[in-house]
Amino acid sequence: MVVISDIIVQGVQMLLVLLLAPLLTGYVRKIKARLVRRQGASIFQPYRDLLRLMRKEVVLADNASWLFRVTPYITFAAIWVAAALVPTFATGLLFNWTADLIAIVALLGSARFFLALAGMDVGTSFGGIGSSREVMIAALAEPAMLLIVFCLALVAGSTQLSTVAHFLASSYVGLRVSLGMALVALFMVAIAENARIPVDNPATHLELTMVHEAMILEYSGRHLAMIELGAFLKLLLYVSLIACVFSPWQIALYGSGALSYTIGAGAYIVKLALAGFLLALFETATAKMRVFRVPQFLGAALMLGLLGTLLLFVSRSF
Amino acid sequence: MSAVALQMVCVAGLLGLAVLAIALSRSKTVTAVIYGATLAVSAIALIGALRNLLGGPTDATTLTLPVGLPWLGAHFRLDALASFFLIVVNLGGASASLYGLGYGHHDPAPHRVLPFFPAFLAGMNLVVLADDAFSYLLCWEFMSLASWALVMAHHREPGNAKAGYVYLVMASFGTLALLLAFGLLAGPAGDYGFAAIRAAQHAPYSATLVLILMLLGAGSKAGLVPLHVWLPLAHPAAPSHVSALMSGVMTKVAIYGFIRVMFDLLGQPTWPVSAVVLFLGSITAVMGILYAMMEKDLKRLLAYSTIENIGIVFVSLGLAMAFQANGMNLAAALAFTAALFHVLNHSFFKSLLFFGAGAVLTATGERDMDKLGGLIHRMPFTSFVVLVGCVAISALPPFNGFVSEWLIFQAVLQSPELPQWALKIMVPAVGAMLALAAALAAACFVKAYGVTFLGRPRGPAAETAREVDRFSLAAMFILAVLCLLTGILPGLAIDALAPVASQIVGSRMPAQASQPWLSIVPIAEGRSSYNGLLVMVFITATASLAVYFIHRFASRALRRGPAWGCGFSDAAPAAQYSGVSFAQPIRRVFGTLVFHARDHVTMPPPGDIGPARLRIELHDLVWSGMYAPIADAVGFLSTRLNRLQFLTIRRYLSLVFVTLVTLLLVLAIWS
Repeated sequence: MVVISDIIVQGVQMLLVLLLAPLLTGYVRKIKARLVRRQGASIFQPYRDLLRLMRKEVVLADNASWLFRVTPYITFAAIWVAAALVPTFATGLLFNWTADLIAIVALLGSARFFLALAGMDVGTSFGGIGSSREVMIAALAEPAMLLIVFCLALVAGSTQLSTVAHFLASSYVGLRVSLGMALVALFMVAIAENARIPVDNPATHLELTMVHEAMILEYSGRHLAMIELGAFLKLLLYVSLIACVFSPWQIALYGSGALSYTIGAGAYIVKLALAGFLLALFETATAKMRVFRVPQFLGAALMLGLLGTLLLFVSRSF
Repeated sequence: MSAVALQMVCVAGLLGLAVLAIALSRSKTVTAVIYGATLAVSAIALIGALRNLLGGPTDATTLTLPVGLPWLGAHFRLDALASFFLIVVNLGGASASLYGLGYGHHDPAPHRVLPFFPAFLAGMNLVVLADDAFSYLLCWEFMSLASWALVMAHHREPGNAKAGYVYLVMASFGTLALLLAFGLLAGPAGDYGFAAIRAAQHAPYSATLVLILMLLGAGSKAGLVPLHVWLPLAHPAAPSHVSALMSGVMTKVAIYGFIRVMFDLLGQPTWPVSAVVLFLGSITAVMGILYAMMEKDLKRLLAYSTIENIGIVFVSLGLAMAFQANGMNLAAALAFTAALFHVLNHSFFKSLLFFGAGAVLTATGERDMDKLGGLIHRMPFTSFVVLVGCVAISALPPFNGFVSEWLIFQAVLQSPELPQWALKIMVPAVGAMLALAAALAAACFVKAYGVTFLGRPRGPAAETAREVDRFSLAAMFILAVLCLLTGILPGLAIDALAPVASQIVGSRMPAQASQPWLSIVPIAEGRSSYNGLLVMVFITATASLAVYFIHRFASRALRRGPAWGCGFSDAAPAAQYSGVSFAQPIRRVFGTLVFHARDHVTMPPPGDIGPARLRIELHDLVWSGMYAPIADAVGFLSTRLNRLQFLTIRRYLSLVFVTLVTLLLVLAIWS
């Protein structure tokens, strides 16, 4: 019986992230539109977009290989698995121990690896420019992310997200300098990894200024729908990560019954709404950087992560 | 027959094959005979070593042959550490022989490769088995010379002569360092047997000197920065299956030497030693992969990436030393196991990738990836297995490269417990360097795979490529399967490595096979765990689910059309991103600091329709800052000393006289 309920909770978690992901993106877009005094599309527009893309035929470039056709599914699966491993409304889920935070980072790395390859598959300059810039950004964002992981792991004594969230929700922690640095760094990495302003502009269609969009320029129809859904999931993943590590309030503990699961889910949605609002506010207030300013931005994140980790190596109480 | 005797018989078999290859050099079937027999002998040696390692705790077996130094004889010994490295050597040897069965047929001059191939394998086996300093050095030199002969197999190709020359110089230099190291270890009594060295007490200063000499000797063979310069020249110069052995296996033999001396013979390491190893390892990892990123020759790129992986192994060994010096045995076992696991993994995927590069070379005759492209259509099987290798080497789950790097990161997280401040501050920085190297490796292999196999063919060679033969494909498939298996069942590999760790660092990781669902749990479940099998199952399940739903409910229509050209369609394949352009952003971020990279663009004046020119200037700072001055100094001195060659007999005699008087004076003052 316990196993069955565990499986149900894990299944709910997987479905929840899948269903909420487009909503979060739609919500952020709506807030951004309202902040610049536009009406904006409905917050359910991403669902409609996905459905429409699913119904359309795929236009495949003559030169595209099998890799191009399987990549949308691989990246979607890798991101979905990673997102399902981040505790959203409850800790101690059935398969939480399958992979720790380092593995989640690496799963996202796998998704990006295949997307970058697919960008080069058709053999146009746009795919190449997108892939090449994407891996450059990743080469700086990933070490920063790993240092943040180190920082969290040293505070909580674990790289298991469930344990980290559990520990940080307890009253032992208090305010710490290194955690503050890790939060700022994590925010910067999340901006870069999700191709948001100021690193990349998800709404642009000027080929020379975009990174992520240039890489997936050749995708259409159901393939594009998979990739878009993957991107929505990734944004949700980073927001959940920040929420579960830095504001684990009301997150349900393992096996604590239906009521606290419901409270946990409610709290999670409130956290998402708040984070989405802050993201939209930040994006509206800044301008996009040139591509070659991005290394400085991510270098700052890297240094913050390193400094936070160093503080912890030097003393346990920072 | 004892286990070590079986290995020695295999070595004798390999040496016999080398002689046979010379005898049969005129026969038509010589290639098949030699590679087939080498495959069989390597497989027997592999099974013997596997049985020795997996067969539970067995004592080391020794064998003494009445050759070598007169009062010493030649000692050979098979213990857990040697068994593990014999597995690496013979697995590499067997797969390379299988590959050679197909690949060797294209060789226009097989007699230049065939005798040295089994000899090279025999040399590597002997180094691992040797149990006294004299035999060790002798076998080491034999291994170096056999591989030098293989590097020079295609001696007329441009660059290969230089590669062979630099390799010979560096190898002699390395052996000299090893000779001095063993001289120090043997002490004034001259105990060359490893058993005597192990039992002796070593003064702290001699331990430091031995470290420096081992870093020079074993480090130069393994490719530690700044002693790596020969490696990207020599490894690609040999035929591809030999390149695979040199990069995937011979560097591991050097690591074996380092472990044997630093951990086993010297006894307990001290923490300053570990700091030196950590520093060199992390520099090597990042520099190696940055060099690889700038490279457009496929095999040289792979050779540079070997340097990166050697750096990762050395970082892990440095961590193991740091923990051991402070009595943290469990953490030391974790770091040491991670190092061994990475050694094993690297031998799998680096051999696989070199085989892939060889397949590309056979099919197109081209190593410059900027002239390739689109091979995924022409060589479907090769491109699939090479993709597996690229994913594995980029440390992405669920493949094996990720598991060993994950273990190293877990070891890094143990280090706040270290008491020394220098290490406390150093280790997080080393962790950051490792993470940087891992991320850059992924970027590098996106470039290598994307430019070589994807896109449109950039030249006629790539357009007319054909799939390679079945033997080559079989060798690559076996290695690809091994990459996946060690990635999804890492617990079994970690348990197999436990005897080695307990022999060398005196402790082992907790047993993993008993963990539920075959996860790996290095310290405790609450701290960290990883389950490659479940990650694999999850990804497969969710991807299949997505495919099922899409094909059930969404549109299945598909139309082929020309690629979107943004208003400028039908661009030539040359307009694709090439390796050089792909690396440009990273070159701009890291290159200005590390390589003093400069891009020079020459634009034609307005109205002129001539092409613009882009010239990229890269400086290898290690070469220009270290090797060029040394070479200049040697050249300067030798021109000066050359004058001595043209003296008259009278002057020679006076020179002798002056020398004699000076020596006598020195002696008089001395006493």
